[in-house]
Formats: sequence, structure tokens, C-alpha cells
Amino acid sequence: MSISVKDVTKRFGDFVALDHLSVEVPSGALLALLGPSGSGKTTLLRIIAGLEVADSGTVLYEDEDVTNSRVRDRNVGFVFQHYALFRHMTVFENIAFGLRVRHTPKAQVKERVHELLKLIQLEGLERSLPSQLSGGQRQRVALARALAVQPKVLLLDEPFGALDAKVRQELRQWLRRLHEEIHVTSVFVTHDQEEAFEVADRVVIMNKGRIEQAGTPQEIFEQPANPFVMDFLGNVNVFHGRVSGGRADLGGLNVEYPEYMDRESREATAFVRSHELDIQRVRNGRPALQANIVHINPAGQVVKVRLHAEQFGVWLNSSSRPGGCASSFRTIKFEGGGDE
Amino acid sequence: MTTDVNRRVLPGFALSLGYTMFYLSLLVLIPIFAGVVKASSLSFQNFWDAVSGDRAVAAYTLTVGASFVSAAIDIVIGVLVAWVLVRYQSPLKGIFDALVDLPFALPTAVAGLVYSDLYVENGWLGRFLVPLGIQGAYSRLGIVLVLTFIGFPFVVRTLQPVLENLETDIEEAAACLGANRWQTVTRVLLPAVWPATITAFALAFARALGEYGSVVFISGNMPYRTEIAPVLIVARLEEFAYGEATAIAVVLLVISLVTLFLINLLERWSKQSHA
Repeated sequence: MSISVKDVTKRFGDFVALDHLSVEVPSGALLALLGPSGSGKTTLLRIIAGLEVADSGTVLYEDEDVTNSRVRDRNVGFVFQHYALFRHMTVFENIAFGLRVRHTPKAQVKERVHELLKLIQLEGLERSLPSQLSGGQRQRVALARALAVQPKVLLLDEPFGALDAKVRQELRQWLRRLHEEIHVTSVFVTHDQEEAFEVADRVVIMNKGRIEQAGTPQEIFEQPANPFVMDFLGNVNVFHGRVSGGRADLGGLNVEYPEYMDRESREATAFVRSHELDIQRVRNGRPALQANIVHINPAGQVVKVRLHAEQFGVWLNSSSRPGGCASSFRTIKFEGGGDE
Repeated sequence: MTTDVNRRVLPGFALSLGYTMFYLSLLVLIPIFAGVVKASSLSFQNFWDAVSGDRAVAAYTLTVGASFVSAAIDIVIGVLVAWVLVRYQSPLKGIFDALVDLPFALPTAVAGLVYSDLYVENGWLGRFLVPLGIQGAYSRLGIVLVLTFIGFPFVVRTLQPVLENLETDIEEAAACLGANRWQTVTRVLLPAVWPATITAFALAFARALGEYGSVVFISGNMPYRTEIAPVLIVARLEEFAYGEATAIAVVLLVISLVTLFLINLLERWSKQSHA
């Protein structure tokens, strides 16, 4: 079941949460809405669910216009950041809730709940209360509860936001596997770019109620559409300098820039991602900056190094795989400065 | 034992415990004890006669029954009012909120006078109700009416913070799962506020048990019919039968303690099962 959001606008007082925004979620996709807080991603998710009503625009599930249908008639699975489990009900009753309000026969409820308990790997805990579970377990129960009624679409609002790092990591992978198993069209909101790229097969980057870029994680990672996306993906080094005649002079760093062959010099800002910087002990003849290593953070799959190029007053972030070879100085994004 | 000294982080435990005990003794325990001592000046036979007479039993039954009914009504009205105050924005909200506290501040005798004035045969409401056979003044119904008025703010003020803390997302979750409003209220919201509701009931009930000022004006105080226990105590006092008066007071006290204890148990049990 695909989802189409067309030209949706939503205001809260003077604040424009969504500004004529359109987005397509292909059937069976797992799409991440990624953006800083206040970018409107949660509002968009809530409008898709029907928990919020758009001021203008339409929402379609496949070809069905659901813009004005009530949330309980839309048959969506919604997972909340803080679980929103019914505290007075056992795990079993929580999962069964959607079936019970539909007056599903008891035997069928039991069968379905046990099926889901198996799916979320919490068999044997069906008689526990939510308060007796850990955060990760609660969120899995919330997910099972949402899936129990076989929703057309599954919507998750920062589903791992309230969990600690290790559990979050586990649940991400689990959600990815789960999606491969059940293939329900899913949209999840996150402000964590790593999470979005790891879990989703499509990523939509939002800012100030608009979409900055949409595409597969690879597309976005390799071809960030604009400085905002670049910056949001994290660990970007910013160089200020000038371009002219096919070269860029960026405060001591002189590189080729064939996109601008004009002889007239222009101001430019270059964004270089941390994995695109290489650290060499000895000059190898390629464009380079001399810098001192200030801090090394070896945690994680990549080693993060912070450097200071004293001569030019630039702080740099570099990351590389220990032992591996980082890609060479590749992409430079130019933001056109004003003519002078 | 020396290893045991002062392991507490917060200082002044002994002092604050002593202070609490002193206060409780001065305000609660000593008067109760004095009451019991006074009652024990009667012989057992006299005590038994005083507390088990038909008039006294009718008074206890009425007191407990009317308090129970009024607390139950308070719960229904109070939950609704608290819900409206918490969930809906209105320019008049501040005024409504202040009005809720009125029974706290108003001398209850005033409430009794006003209610009886309204419900007598030619009162504003009574002129419509009495022809329909609804006797608001000088009847058991009148007692329930004023007790409901007196207990009402306890329910609202107990439930309000609980409803405020109730996340709106559980309602949204219920709606997403296909529940209609009725199912959401009965299966999700009410069970979630159930423990607080029991507390609110206990407070309203306890308040009603001890109420005197308003009832004395509206009930008509007819022995066996509309005479509540506190009024009977005053009647005995006016006959200078101090022993009998305190005997009835002791019984009322025991009833109150037992009921509050039971409600407390219920409260604990429901809190455990709601964790």
C-alpha cells in the first residue's frame, strides 16, 4: 500500500510546520523522515496517520483519499516514542487491544497474539505488565500491538528515541529484519542520520517544513543536494575561499575545480566530509594542509580524528577505518558566494 | 551498634519523626483517646444501650448510606468536571476552576440553608420538583444533595493532576488501533485513573461522614428518618447525656476508621495491579 502526500501545509499559529510538502512512499518501502527537531517530520507522520489534520493538501493510501477519514478508520499501525502502552493491561491484553475492539473471536485473538509474541521474541512474558518490562521490550510490545490488526501502513515516531545506545542498535537491526519479513509500507521519524541510513531503504531529509532531499541512502550520501543536507549528514569541514579559472583556493588548500572556469574570482564555501579527508604523515604531492592531531576517538568502526591546521586557523574532522584506506579527497561542494 | 550511626543522607530524621508524632498526638490521638475515656465512664450496659438503640442504628445507617451515595455521585460528576478542566480550553476555565473550590471555603451551614431554601415547596427548584414528588428539602435526598456538594471538590482536586499526567498518546494509540471514543474511555482512560478515583472516593466519603453543618439545615433532623449520627450526638449533648453522646461518637469513629482502612487496602491493591 503506497502513501502519497500531496501539497500538504500545516500551521500551528504563526509557526509553519509543513510548507506545501509532497512526498511519495512506494508500496512496501521502509522510509525514514530525517531532520532536526522542528523540521516538521513528526507533524508529517501524524498527518499521514490522521492524528493531525492538514490545513490544505491531500493524503492518499494507494488511490484512496484518506485526507478526511478518521484515524480509527484508516487502519494504521502507529508506534509512539514513549511506547504509549496501556499500563493497566498485561502484554497480552495490550497486543490484543486492536483485535478486541473489533470483536475478534477469542480463539483467533489468542492465536494472533501468540504469533506476534513469537515475532517480537517475548514469549512467556504475556502476563507481565508494561512496568515490568525494559524499554526495548516495551517498544517491541508497542510494535506488536500496532501490527496485530494487520495495518495498511506502519508509522513509527522516533521509535528508538527513548532507548539507550545498545538497545537502540539491536532494535534497529531487528526492525530492518522484521520489515523484510512482513513488508508492510513503513515510515519512521528520526533525527539520527545514522539510524535513518542503517534502517531505511529510502530517506527523506526535512528542514523547516520542506523536503531538502529524498532518495536512497546511497544517493543522499554520495550526492548531497545542498549544504544543509551535507551539514546534517554530519562531520563536515567547511572551508572558505575563492574560485577562479578552474581552481579553488581554500585557505592554503589549492584544488582543482573544473566546474568554474571563469577567470573572475568568486567567493566560495567548500564542504568536505570527514571521510573524504586523508591523513598522511608525509606530503605526497597532492593538495594538502599541514595540521596537528588534537584528539583521536578510536571508538566505533571508524576512527575519528580532530586536527588543527594552525597556520590557516582551521579545525578539521577526519575519519578513517583503522587499517583501511580512506577514499581520497573527492567531493567538494560549492555554495556560490556573491560576486565581488 | 556504632557502625549503625547516622547512615542517612538526609539529616533530622529523629527530629521530624518526633515532631510528626507530637503533632498527630496533640491534634488527633489525644482527642480520640479522651473520647474513648469519656465513653468508658458508662457501664457496658449503658454503652450498649446508647449505641444499639433503634434511633442510633438508624442514624449510623443513614450517615454511612448517604455518605456512600453522595461520594458515588461525586465521582461521576467530579471525573467529568476534572476531565473538562484538564482537556478543554475555554476563556471561562479560570472561573470554573475557582468555583470548584467554593465548597472548601463556604461555611457548610450556608450551603445547607441555600439548598433547603431552593428545594422547599415554594423555592426556585422546589416549586417544580415537589409537584413531581421529588422532596429535596427535609428529606434523605436533601442530605445526599448537600453531602455531594461538600465532597465534590475533593474528587476534582484529586483527579485533576492524575488526568493532567495522563499522556494523550494512549488515547491516540487506542484510536489508531480502531477503538471508538466509548471504547477508549471505558477500556483505556477510566482504568488508568481508577486508583486515583478510589482515593477521591475515600476523601469525599470521609468528608461526608463527618459533615454536620449543612445537613442540620436541610435534613429536618427527624429521628429514625433524616437524623444523621453527628446530629444525634448533638441532640444527646443538648440532653446533657455526655456519656451517650461520646459513645455514639466512638462508634462513628470506629465505622470511619474501618471504612477508611478498607478503602486504603483497596487503593493499595489497585495501585499494585496498575503499577
